[in-house]
Amino acid sequence: MTHSVPDGRTLGARLKQGDLDVAPAVLNLVENRSPAAQEQTGALLAAVSPAQLGREARAHIVGITGPPGVGKSSLLSRLVAEWRGRGRSVAVLAVDPSSRRSGGSLLGDRARIETDPSDGAVFIRSTVAGTRLGGLAPATRAAASALAAAFDVVVVETVGVGQSETEVADVADTVAVVVQPGAGDVLQFLKAGIMEIPDVLVVTKADLHDIARRAVADLQAALRALGATATAVLAVSSVAPPTGIAELAAALEAHRAGLDLRRRRLRARRMHALEDFVTEYGERGLRALGGRRHAERWLAEQDPDLDVAALEHRLAERAHGP
Amino acid sequence: MMRTYAGHSNAKRSNELYRRNLAKGQTGLSVAFDLPTQTGYDPDHELARGEVGKVGVSIAHRGDMTALLDGIPLDRMNTSMTINATAAWLLALYIVAAEEHQVPEDKLQGTTQNDILKEYLSRGTYAFPPGPSMRLIADTIAYTVQRIPKWNPINICSYHLQEAGATPVQEIAYAMSNAIAVLDAVRERVDQALMPSVFARISFFVNAGVRFIEEHAKLRAMAQLWDQLGRERYGVEGEKHRRFRYGVQVNSLGLTEAQPENNVYRIALEALAVTLGRDARARAIQLPAWNEALGLPRPWDQQWSLRLQQVLAYETDLLEYPDIFEGSKVMDGLVGELVAGAREEMARVAELGGAVDAVDYMKASLVESHRERWRKIEAGELTVVGMNRFTESEPSPLTAGADGGILVVDPEVEAEQKAAVRSWRAERGQAAVDEALTVLAQVARDPGENIMPATIAAARAGVTTGEWAQTLRAAFGEYRAPTGVGEAPAVSSREVAELRDEVERVSEALGRRVKFLVGKPGLDGHSNGAEQIAVRARDAGMDVVYEGIRLTPNQIATSAAQEGVHVVGLSILSGSHRELIPAVLEALRDAGARDVPVVVGGIIPESDAAALRELGVAAVYTPKDWDLNAMMRDIVGLVAERAAVGA
Repeated sequence: MTHSVPDGRTLGARLKQGDLDVAPAVLNLVENRSPAAQEQTGALLAAVSPAQLGREARAHIVGITGPPGVGKSSLLSRLVAEWRGRGRSVAVLAVDPSSRRSGGSLLGDRARIETDPSDGAVFIRSTVAGTRLGGLAPATRAAASALAAAFDVVVVETVGVGQSETEVADVADTVAVVVQPGAGDVLQFLKAGIMEIPDVLVVTKADLHDIARRAVADLQAALRALGATATAVLAVSSVAPPTGIAELAAALEAHRAGLDLRRRRLRARRMHALEDFVTEYGERGLRALGGRRHAERWLAEQDPDLDVAALEHRLAERAHGP
Repeated sequence: MMRTYAGHSNAKRSNELYRRNLAKGQTGLSVAFDLPTQTGYDPDHELARGEVGKVGVSIAHRGDMTALLDGIPLDRMNTSMTINATAAWLLALYIVAAEEHQVPEDKLQGTTQNDILKEYLSRGTYAFPPGPSMRLIADTIAYTVQRIPKWNPINICSYHLQEAGATPVQEIAYAMSNAIAVLDAVRERVDQALMPSVFARISFFVNAGVRFIEEHAKLRAMAQLWDQLGRERYGVEGEKHRRFRYGVQVNSLGLTEAQPENNVYRIALEALAVTLGRDARARAIQLPAWNEALGLPRPWDQQWSLRLQQVLAYETDLLEYPDIFEGSKVMDGLVGELVAGAREEMARVAELGGAVDAVDYMKASLVESHRERWRKIEAGELTVVGMNRFTESEPSPLTAGADGGILVVDPEVEAEQKAAVRSWRAERGQAAVDEALTVLAQVARDPGENIMPATIAAARAGVTTGEWAQTLRAAFGEYRAPTGVGEAPAVSSREVAELRDEVERVSEALGRRVKFLVGKPGLDGHSNGAEQIAVRARDAGMDVVYEGIRLTPNQIATSAAQEGVHVVGLSILSGSHRELIPAVLEALRDAGARDVPVVVGGIIPESDAAALRELGVAAVYTPKDWDLNAMMRDIVGLVAERAAVGA
């Protein structure tokens, strides 16, 4: 193991060529908090920015989120198999729900996603949540945008309800919220407007037939009442024999096909830069920008071709002077 | 009844061992199966690598079972089989082997352990998800109650719960909750009039630790709760039907690698716990050998254990008196406390939906109790003689022999068994096998059917252990048990705080947090040690990747590479380290993680440890390395050294 920091541009170039083997090294870099590594992460993100690629990165970035214990990992095992069956390469960034204790963490999530270890087109990395329970760490945003240049599908899996889907929506093209039948909290959150309306709603445990069907009907009724008719609601079962998986993959794809991708990704890059800025300069930095809403409005006026590092640099200049 | 848990290599060699043991005065058989047989894989399956014939005998089909029992009078023999996930299958093989010896099934006597919940909680040799596993248990109980009246179809094990760290209250409560789950499942499958017979056929397999007074009280408490459960929940009228019947294996958790000769005293005291008072006396006792923490016991070690039981039974006056604790205020008080505590914990499990649904909760509680026990040992609050106190010792003549005082299984056995199962498959009538498996698959998918008749037909047709289990896996789905480590609260001590500072320093120098993969390759399911290591590493501030048991070398290497870990720790207690560790090292090289240092923990004799270091393993830990903080310091030091960020 060498301790020197790899070159961000080289990693970016390999990702551009579709080299999937470089994924672990990419993650090792973006998770590295040393100034030298952060600089190389900036170079990596610049190398895979739309300005360099000539288009948005190829991957479909899918956010999958929901309360603990609803069967996200089993569902993901089936979805990964479905995507692989369609010849797609898949990277999964599993944000572990276990909050940091004593600085350390136990990452058990990857154990629950079953894949073939000899399949080089599947990459799974467990990452620790950010400061908040289920929140995204800065590295996860960077990893998602970098891997999107090489993989066909990049999944960001988070745990929670009420806030996690908002945060994951900043990163993902399509957000699927996973719930289990009979769990009323998501329904209540939706009705009360506490949670943002997801792009796709997935009800697990469809093998419970009537209960699952009722849950789908309840969610559909709630969405209609909110006028959110574009959100697909699907029931799936991950236990043998699985059902609804191909339909879910199709629904995710349909959402992406109808998306103004450039707009969504542009917003993602701006939010990424703002989060990196907050990680670096904290609340005080945010106040120097006139608060979060003000900073978001200011970002929206910036040149759409700027990459994340350049945007963060501008934010810093604005807050503290050049 | 007296017996020793035995079996290794193949059927023929185990049969010779059984005949020798019976000649020495042993009065029953206790069959140990190897891990592939216990988890439903044939000897030539990828996961069986390194495990064939290791911790017990390899039984792949009816021919093996017939050879195992050759010349043993099955109409008179009482045979205990430590088999769980595949219990229905091994029972079927036993029935078919008896047929071949002209013994009808209703004459058979013995026990199948057949307790799946403790496999999820502690022992790790499960094969199917909880729902279908409970059905298999209920099916074997329903079948034997009607067809093999002297068979004990299930042995509810609290033994392994204590090995996983259970306090006496937890041991009682989880065992009783488990029994309730089983009985409730059977109640749905048999005529209600049979329930008293069902209740009477349920026996327990308990553990006795060295705190032998409290342990005796624990058994009395269990008897009391069992009696009440029979009366109140299942309406069992006959007092005889409600008697708490149990066998016992005394504690292995407390046996030490340091000064192993002291284990003989511990075993003797533990044997008293289960024999002292007649009202709660064990029906069958198995004593471990003094050297279990070192490796596999030899025949002489087992003989020594048997002799201890014979001294207790035939030389002492133990069996001459009625219950010696009758009227004892101290004993009654202790029992009362345990019963009250257990009731409270049983209520908690019931609230969670019963034992099957409470597996996650119980597992996490056990991991927590185990850690507390370990903390006390490390802090010196709990004395273990020869290990954390009175550690000076003269050189031991017992472990000085050429074999290091343990049994080494011939590595040729695996190759032999692989070849044997292949020729078995080639020589049998394939049409009958195919048909038997088709019927088995149909029966498996219909929860209203009993699995036993189709299983017995498959055994007769020449189906193999792996084929039977694979058919059921296809019908039931695969399953991974909870690891129990996720929710463990952090502990702190001065030493842990110092460790945390060092982890912080090294992480800072690396740029990201020290990341440690704890892996259990192969079929060994004893995960208690690996879990404690994972939790302690987390407490020391590391990011820990722990995926539970039963991983192939390839899976471990892929995880290590993708997760970008700085160090890999492997735990193996089944003795298969010589095959599996080199396989993991090779897989790591193939996965592009050749530079990641590997440390190994397990029951590993020094000669093997030297060979592993030679292959590139950075460090080898055995049970004598009980100080987890010292181990963590080593591991962090190793990461710092490899990354050249030394102090």
